[in-house]
Amino acid sequence: MSSTDISINQDVHHPHEEHDHHHDQNFFEKYIFSQDHKVIGKQFLITGIAWAFIGGFLSILFRLQLGWPEATFTFLEPILGGWIVNGKLNPEFYLALVTMHGTIMVFFVLTAGLSGTFANFLIPLQIGARDMASGFMNMLSYWIFFLSSIVLFVSLFLESGPAAGGWTVYPPLSALPQAIEGSKGGMTMWLISMALFIVSQLLGGVNYITTVINLRTKGMSMTKLPLTVWAFFLTAILGLLAFPVLFSAALLLIFDRSFGTSFYLSDIFIGGAALSNTGGSPILFQHLFWFLGHPEVYIVIMPAFGIVSEVITTNARKPIFGYRAMIGSLIGISVLSFVVWAHHMFVSGMNPFLGSVFMFLTLIIAVPSAVKVFNWIATLWRGNIRFTAAMMFAIGFVSLFISGGLTGIILGNSALDIYLHDTYFVVAHFHLVMGAAAFFGMFAGVYHWFPKMFGRLMDEKLGYVHFWLTFVSVYLVFMPMHYLGIAGFPRRYYAWTGFETFNFFTDMNTFISIAAILGFTAQFIFLFNFIYSIFRGRRSTANPWHSNTLEWTTPVLPGHGNWPGPLPTVYRWPYDYSKPGAAEDYIPQTVPFSQTQSSNLPQERDLE
Amino acid sequence: MSTSTTLEAPKSGTWDGGNEPLKASYGKLMMWFFLLSDAFTFGAFLIVYGLSRHRHLPYTGEPEAFAFSQQWWPIPEKVFNAFPGFHGVDLPLAFVALMTMILILSSVTMVLAVEAGHRMDKNDVQKWLLWTILFGSIFLGCQAWEWAHFISGTEEGMLLSDGTRIFGANLTINQYGPPLFADLFFFITGFHGTHVFSGVVLLIMIFINTVNGVYHKRGHYEMVEKVGLYWHFVDLVWVFVFTFFYLV
Repeated sequence: MSSTDISINQDVHHPHEEHDHHHDQNFFEKYIFSQDHKVIGKQFLITGIAWAFIGGFLSILFRLQLGWPEATFTFLEPILGGWIVNGKLNPEFYLALVTMHGTIMVFFVLTAGLSGTFANFLIPLQIGARDMASGFMNMLSYWIFFLSSIVLFVSLFLESGPAAGGWTVYPPLSALPQAIEGSKGGMTMWLISMALFIVSQLLGGVNYITTVINLRTKGMSMTKLPLTVWAFFLTAILGLLAFPVLFSAALLLIFDRSFGTSFYLSDIFIGGAALSNTGGSPILFQHLFWFLGHPEVYIVIMPAFGIVSEVITTNARKPIFGYRAMIGSLIGISVLSFVVWAHHMFVSGMNPFLGSVFMFLTLIIAVPSAVKVFNWIATLWRGNIRFTAAMMFAIGFVSLFISGGLTGIILGNSALDIYLHDTYFVVAHFHLVMGAAAFFGMFAGVYHWFPKMFGRLMDEKLGYVHFWLTFVSVYLVFMPMHYLGIAGFPRRYYAWTGFETFNFFTDMNTFISIAAILGFTAQFIFLFNFIYSIFRGRRSTANPWHSNTLEWTTPVLPGHGNWPGPLPTVYRWPYDYSKPGAAEDYIPQTVPFSQTQSSNLPQERDLE
Repeated sequence: MSTSTTLEAPKSGTWDGGNEPLKASYGKLMMWFFLLSDAFTFGAFLIVYGLSRHRHLPYTGEPEAFAFSQQWWPIPEKVFNAFPGFHGVDLPLAFVALMTMILILSSVTMVLAVEAGHRMDKNDVQKWLLWTILFGSIFLGCQAWEWAHFISGTEEGMLLSDGTRIFGANLTINQYGPPLFADLFFFITGFHGTHVFSGVVLLIMIFINTVNGVYHKRGHYEMVEKVGLYWHFVDLVWVFVFTFFYLV
């Protein structure tokens, strides 16, 4: 038996060698409870897109309130019903909107929708495997995620509203149902949804890691892996180590909320009466939460790193600059991500000396991040650039990552952060560096791998329109927010017109809201392009971008098992673009050195 | 770029693909990675224990004069000193030591089951799995007794400042000390107990499969090994839980 095959334990699965033989699958096996990694990837993508529109819509609702604080929103009554009181948005519902926008975007779109889609779709295709190590667990991962989505979605329709304590759900606010409306049933459902989400992430994560370790095809050593696979691999490891801690924090919070324990509660008075809870510490929750929360932002951004590296090198027709440095910086960021969590807590009364330690560790992250940025720019430098829609988004990603990353250095300073904490400066920073940037990585990935997913190409012209509208509106939304933040404008405030200081910013807030609406509207161009191209797009060839990686050696629409014949064998790294002396400007990984004698470098001659 | 390629065949080193670099099947790797993440879950709980305990005052007086109070964290030897059938006798930590011994013994029988699996000795696998199930169940039974005793409390109970007495412990009140001591005890030993219970269920499932000859037909007893990994992990976690709650 070929050991490249995934049928390592033949007892559980049927031998995959006979994969070319015809499978009779009914509709349910093929599209709903599919164990094929490609279908599961698409399921994650489509669910992620649906969530992105919901999350985006919620942000438009609160931007309306912020942009036009004096206006009446009676026209929203058909959608929001009782949440509009006398034409005004209910303040508690405003808090729920911000909370749900954060939760949906961070977890359901940029974690599940991004790494769920591309890790599932690309890992087996790019390492030369028939499928994930365990197709069944992979299917389970999606459906548990789906269940968790349902729970969160239903919580939007509760009478007391969904969770409203911020996406970080700090106790005691989130632990006491009597504190705000959003801490009632909505919070319980938030916790249940999150517990299910974590289970789904763990099922997916062990699968990704194991697949990369065990199922690489012959010749695919770790240093011949595409950077996407490295990024997904390390992302899965981060998730595997960080999510269990959120699970612990959430379980303890569930007990505090529902069973009367005092893990996070002590000395609380409500309406003048003392609660019996004693001995706990709310700061403890912050530590547990951010031990996940900080790696989580890298779980969001690292798949985008990988996708962008791949798209940029393919479309610049140049080898990636500093391949090993790219891997090293990914590893560096992964390790550092676990030792910086308390920089979210500089104002929690932490010992200033400890703060300076976390500040120092935080600022070190600038080094691997800068390595990546310089390498992307060096890859673009004097490249033979093809401006595909994916490439536009990849370059846009680099721009956003730089703009957002620079303010990270400011916020990482404990002294500066104490002033800027919980202002719009923070909002602008993380939306640029991990929100919009990760979205751009996701768009780059969708435009780039769409032909492999659906056998058709997305429309380039609409892609350009989508790119420019999105790119411009992202900057128009978040650049002004820096100034609001420096002026001390606090985030999560329903109304600020009562403060003389901030009235000055009414026009700027209106401007931001208009830009946000523009950006959100532009996404419908993408949605149309996406759906239309699935059915009517221009038919793609097997390798439309002339790319080197293994997924482009499959048929236009790879079937179950990915390669009709034997698995491909890998001879070279994935970035032999524009190699001097080569017949074409790309040499796929499956081409042995003996066939490329005209382009082999001196050290490769003896491999001929 | 790599120097590891020859003419037409790619190099076949440990990490060059097409093999299992860690010499473990994907199932075993998955179990290892799951256990790694589970270790982080338990790690978080034990850190919560450490921090919560640090927020409370320790008892500083003479050990003989120790009394339960909300003012200080109790001394475990004074809390866990009962033994079934020895009512009123002060046997500090005797019962939990017995429980721990039983759990460790179950790990030994698990090792023997795995070893019998390597020899493809179906009868021995059955025998040792049965012993493991037995010891695991006894451990759970002991924990149930320990919980029951902890919940019902001692005859004296604790005298509160308002003159009332409380007996035993639950998630909100605790006669042995601060409420958080009981909260953490129930939560962490309960979470561990859930793991042991899941382990026993898994063991029963693979025992049935073994009896039916599923693994014998398959040609290997790797499933026993995988459940064995889980079982040893749960055992190891108990050692830490035991250390945190009973020893330090």
